[in-house]
Amino acid sequence: MIKVLKAGFYSTIQDLGRIGVQQFGVPYSGVMDRKAASFANALVGNNEGEAVLEMTMMGAQLEFKTPTCIAISGAHMSPMLNGILIENNHVVRVEMGDVLRFGKLLSGFRCYLAVSGGFKTETVMGSKSMYPNITKANKVVKNDIIKIEPTNRLNEGKHAKIRFNGAYITSNVLEVFEGPEFEYLSINQRDELFSALFTISNNSNRMGYQLVETIQNDLKPIITGPVIPGTVQLTPSGKLIVLMRDCQTTGGYPRVLQLSEASINVLSQKFTGQSVFFQLKSMISV
Amino acid sequence: MGFKLRYKSMGLHAVLVEWPAKISQDILKDVLLLKEKLENFYTKELVYVSSSYNSLLVNYGFLEINFIDEIAVIDKIYVSQKTTIPRKGRIWKIPVCYDDCFALDLDAISSEKNMTKKEIISRHSQQIYTVYFIGFLPGFLYLGGMDKLLITPRKQTPRLEVEKGAVAIGGHQTGVYPNASPGGWNIIGNSPINFFDVSKEMPCFAKAGDQIQFYPISLKAHGDIKILADAGVYHIKNEAIDD
Repeated sequence: MIKVLKAGFYSTIQDLGRIGVQQFGVPYSGVMDRKAASFANALVGNNEGEAVLEMTMMGAQLEFKTPTCIAISGAHMSPMLNGILIENNHVVRVEMGDVLRFGKLLSGFRCYLAVSGGFKTETVMGSKSMYPNITKANKVVKNDIIKIEPTNRLNEGKHAKIRFNGAYITSNVLEVFEGPEFEYLSINQRDELFSALFTISNNSNRMGYQLVETIQNDLKPIITGPVIPGTVQLTPSGKLIVLMRDCQTTGGYPRVLQLSEASINVLSQKFTGQSVFFQLKSMISV
Repeated sequence: MGFKLRYKSMGLHAVLVEWPAKISQDILKDVLLLKEKLENFYTKELVYVSSSYNSLLVNYGFLEINFIDEIAVIDKIYVSQKTTIPRKGRIWKIPVCYDDCFALDLDAISSEKNMTKKEIISRHSQQIYTVYFIGFLPGFLYLGGMDKLLITPRKQTPRLEVEKGAVAIGGHQTGVYPNASPGGWNIIGNSPINFFDVSKEMPCFAKAGDQIQFYPISLKAHGDIKILADAGVYHIKNEAIDD
């Protein structure tokens, strides 16, 4: 078991989310940065679908009541075990009573903690990902007791020797494909989309990232249709919203772009005030 | 069958199938027929289909697809004559309490439209609504068929919290908030039943293609039904649709 001494800024249990239940209006959810979460899981010998702790901006403080192995990946939040700095992207043995905490955010925005065997919180509709009115808990809070399985051996996963390429964490390039309504954009609008730097607004979370700069927009709203994580909507005021893992299942704004999976990982590691630009990929060349 | 469909990619893991940009029962039937055909075809693969007014999203999950190949597969299934008997829809009778204690915006709509509250309630509960799809929030039904005289623009400033079960009008649509959430629709009543139940294998009782009819109940009946509904023992009146 793990006792949550401090929850951090915004921490949730996430796995790869829910698929197949969107016809009931249930969001996909799941880890924002799949690359980092999968890597942390692989290091401790888990399947990539095991539940991890996703911490945002400021890490949690956790006391281990069970011996296990952990791995941390994604954002660099200066992790410390019993006050001693430990490295990201390595397997670390943890004993009963050990305290893990995080310090200064050095790079990225979302950090993943995997434990051997995964976090054993409730499974709802095939997933442990926390979401309001789906799981009982929306987020991890102080004094939570989270169940994990004890492990006595240093569990080095088969990928433990693979180096983690974290360059994407500081990249500001978002690879995109044309979205369903891209064809209605004028040449000028396309130019604006692919030449400007877009700043991440403070209206950004697991549901979506709103961008500050606007582009001229005279597109009509569409009849409400499906959206998925990575869909970029163009609002009537010309603002762009990049939908993320907890987005609604349908929307009525034109869907002008679609982020690649890798770019969702990139954007997940960005925060308010940072800038990104879009780089168009053609479906054929991929 | 027989509509001119358009296929669009949504990244490397999903295909969007689009019907003409109209909200109509004929399109809805055709959308749901293809949804059923695709679900029968993809029983073994982890491919999921969800529908909205005039489109289907075919989601291949983690599988990276070849767009050209996949649309050929979908189009072949669309034109195939292999008859799938469409699921017979059901009509659900939904109790709604239009009492002042729930109907926060009924007075305003009444004076705005110069229509008595009684008439608004009767127009709202006489109509038979079609469930086009479920979206926005878990268990939120997109209903078509509201009386045009009830069309009311969304509120200028959305409420930070709309109560669970709130029955509301937003533009030309009406709906029920399945859970508490922020919302900008005009609230005219409250339904005590649960529109979304995570503990059930089928978390929503209604499906796209079904119909809904609201009927007025007293404040006391609302309380009684709510107790049963929250205990999971309330039976929602429903019958097969004759068409």
